[in-house]
Amino acid sequence: MALLRRAIALSVCFTCPGCAGWQSALDPHGQQARGLEGLIWTFIWVAAAVWISVMAVLVVALSRKSGRGAGNERRMRVTVGGAVAGTAAIVLALTIISFLSTRLVSSEASHPLEIRVRGYQWWWEVTYLDARAERVFTTANEIHIPVNRPVRLQLSAADVIHSFWAPNLAGKQDLIPGRENSLTFSAQQPGTYRAQCAEFCGVQHAHMALLVVAETPDAFEHWRQSQLSPAASPTNPEQAEGRKVFTSKPCASCHTIQGTSASASIGPDLTHLASRSYIAAGLLQNTRGSLAAWIADPQTIKPGNNMPNVPLTANELRAVSAYLAALK
Amino acid sequence: MNDTTQQTVSDLELGPTELAEQLAHTWRTPRTLWGTLTTVDHKIIGRRYIATAFVFLALGGVLALLMRLQLARADNRFLTPDRYDQIFTMHGVNMMFLFAVPVMEAMAVYLVPLMVGTRNIAFPRLNAYSYWLYLAGGLMLWISFVLDMAPDVGWFAYVPLSGPQFGAGKRSDIWAQMITFTEVAALAVAVEIVVTVFKQRAPGMTLERIPVFVWSMLVTSFLVLLSMPAIMVASTSLILDRLIGTHFFNPAEGGDVLLWQHLFWFFGHPEVYIIFLPAVGMVSSIIPTFVGRPIFGYLAVVLALITTGLLAFGLWVHHMFVVGLPRIGESFFTASSMAIAIPAGVQIFCWLATLWDGRPVYKTPLLFVIAFLITFVIGGLTGVMVASVPLDTQVHDTYFVVAHFHYVLIGGSVFPLLGAVYYWFPKIVGRHMSERLGRWVVGLLFVGFNLTFFPMHILGLAGMPRRVYTYQAEMHWGGMNLFVSVSAVLLALGFLLFFVDALRSIRRGPPAGHNPWRASTLEWATSSPPPNYNFTRIPVVTSAEPLWQDPEVLPVSSGLRVDRRELLVTSLTEAKPQARESSPRNSIWPFLAALATTVMLITSIFSPWAVLWGSIPLLAALIGWFWPKGTPEDEG
Repeated sequence: MALLRRAIALSVCFTCPGCAGWQSALDPHGQQARGLEGLIWTFIWVAAAVWISVMAVLVVALSRKSGRGAGNERRMRVTVGGAVAGTAAIVLALTIISFLSTRLVSSEASHPLEIRVRGYQWWWEVTYLDARAERVFTTANEIHIPVNRPVRLQLSAADVIHSFWAPNLAGKQDLIPGRENSLTFSAQQPGTYRAQCAEFCGVQHAHMALLVVAETPDAFEHWRQSQLSPAASPTNPEQAEGRKVFTSKPCASCHTIQGTSASASIGPDLTHLASRSYIAAGLLQNTRGSLAAWIADPQTIKPGNNMPNVPLTANELRAVSAYLAALK
Repeated sequence: MNDTTQQTVSDLELGPTELAEQLAHTWRTPRTLWGTLTTVDHKIIGRRYIATAFVFLALGGVLALLMRLQLARADNRFLTPDRYDQIFTMHGVNMMFLFAVPVMEAMAVYLVPLMVGTRNIAFPRLNAYSYWLYLAGGLMLWISFVLDMAPDVGWFAYVPLSGPQFGAGKRSDIWAQMITFTEVAALAVAVEIVVTVFKQRAPGMTLERIPVFVWSMLVTSFLVLLSMPAIMVASTSLILDRLIGTHFFNPAEGGDVLLWQHLFWFFGHPEVYIIFLPAVGMVSSIIPTFVGRPIFGYLAVVLALITTGLLAFGLWVHHMFVVGLPRIGESFFTASSMAIAIPAGVQIFCWLATLWDGRPVYKTPLLFVIAFLITFVIGGLTGVMVASVPLDTQVHDTYFVVAHFHYVLIGGSVFPLLGAVYYWFPKIVGRHMSERLGRWVVGLLFVGFNLTFFPMHILGLAGMPRRVYTYQAEMHWGGMNLFVSVSAVLLALGFLLFFVDALRSIRRGPPAGHNPWRASTLEWATSSPPPNYNFTRIPVVTSAEPLWQDPEVLPVSSGLRVDRRELLVTSLTEAKPQARESSPRNSIWPFLAALATTVMLITSIFSPWAVLWGSIPLLAALIGWFWPKGTPEDEG
């Protein structure tokens, strides 16, 4: 059993050398996902056993030589009746297992970390909630959580339906306009897990990912403090020029950088952009080069997304990417 | 009744040759363009329906190959995301609405009247109208694709993505109107099948002597009648939201986004059984013929069909397990979804018992049934997996589900359908398909199918969502996707070979006699292909296997008029003769009515007023349709 499990896990990894399994339901790192993994394997084993039994009967039925049409109607009726009863018993057992698992993985936690996740075409707005208004902050496309503490996501959508799915941590839950859903889970080990939108949401559905970074409570607290501070000020003339470009060009009509005049909320909050490991909702690793490429031509990199091509001179582009790359 | 000067002629007065000639004259369809447009012969329309549906299958298959080409490697730029979205939407819409449902109804249009022993389907002009409307809907969809304005919101067209705010252009309207076309066509056929089965069965074909395929089509027709209104409400509300600014689905104005999903899946789940139950009927026709014994557990199989049909309406929420409904309600739908495994089990065990007790003759149709059993059981079992709420939260909207429903739809329906084509081709065409090529077709399809779709289970569990136009190299799904894409070529070759065999065999296949497989049901009691009047004399049924009885003589009835199209109406349960009923002659009006309907539906995409003025020509066509022409058929 464990052998086959490893074989299947291997066959996944075989086709993806160096596979981190960072978006896999079979590589659980949270209590909920672990419970679900057990459930998946239970169902797979039962299904495999049933399939093998039916196939065995099929093979014998097709290959046997004697006793055909021998009028053993009564015996066949009993056998078929028994098989149907067996089916019913299996189905009943699986229903009960499923029901119990539901209760196990959806237990409500007390005092969870509350995070509001709002789906947009095609990125995620993440707001850390707190009773004290000055401890509330907003980021995008990356969630940091402390390990072994329940996290409760309040899920809503700004435009169309999206679905939050971080398979290593928990099952998915839809974000639906006009409704509020929630998803509670916790991570058991520090690590970076990938989440991706699972409900078709338009032309860039394929590029709507989010990272969940689980870290030790200390590291998380450190990260939270840095996110609460205003944006880093330029430390050299190029960055200063970049900030000027950003606030005077159309950039500022969609984005916010706390501590500057840019305070629009159509696109992701960029206050601590450089602290995030990806840009464009998991599409590009966050480097100064990829930032410049993205700003220069977002419509080629992610066709149809809502960020327009903004004409900039080479110097402006260089300056603005230098500024953004410094927003730790 | 006899107020005309015309002399009535009954089949009692004629010898066999004269009778056949007279019947052929009364029921004829001229081989002219006019005859093509006016015919109401269920066999001609059925053939057309089947051929058209298979053309759509081929087109949908090409779309699938395009998608596999795009997904063969990471970050591929072969298709733009916009085109990819149109293609995956078209693939789903085309396969569900233009292939799977119509092809099953088409098989029934051809076969059910023959299997119950009557001369034509009930409401034959409605049948003609249904075909023309189906063709128009299919053409509209494919023309929109050529014009780069095909629907791009998935076959399920969830709001708000398909709504006025996010679904730009006319793409979603085309989706909604295509639904109207195909649903009207499907509803029409459903009504015809129900009436044909209820009132036109040969005398003596009591309920327990109805062939299982006919039962399956009866249950399917009721599913169509009860489920399709839900989606017509949905698509009409959508078009109203888009065209005249109603707010059925707009949460900002008190509408509800989830209402769409309830309506869609209240149709969408029974839809699966609308496609699968006819396949159950086909398998139940093929197995007895090729093992030489009646189906084991006839009553159980029929009751399983009906149970499945009833349960089909209690499962729709399992498509909505992650939208955030109350957990206790979801558990109910887990139970009902899993329960459907029980009637499915009954059917499978009865087929296995029939195989066990019979002497299998391994012709192509039976090979398709074996391929069906192997693959469909996998699809059924993964169906049990996705029925579990917690498990579904991990696999919903991933490639696991793509794998699951292709196992059910291709393994569960297309394999039996192709087996049925090999089985009934001799009846429909009068010639056999190639047994040698047939084996290759089964082999290629079986191997190609499993290599293509089995890895998708693993891809889904490894995190790959559905409906993505590409994926990044760092996701490491590339290797398996390449494997899937290469396997898809094998699967496509299987289909290609099937089409080659079918087209070749129409002219060059070895001739088939009346009953080449020595089958037991009534369609084999007439020539291959059947004459335009189906049966010279209406058979009288005295057992469930009328052509296997001892002595091998089929009793017939007589007394029908032959100078006008006339059929025998029998009672619902006992099939006792009740009346002679006229059957309509050929008419151009169904074609014109379909044309008028098409104009109205397409123009109403652009202006709501089109519904008003578009109904005027339709009204005129309907008046022409029902206007008495003074033919003998007009008599009571």
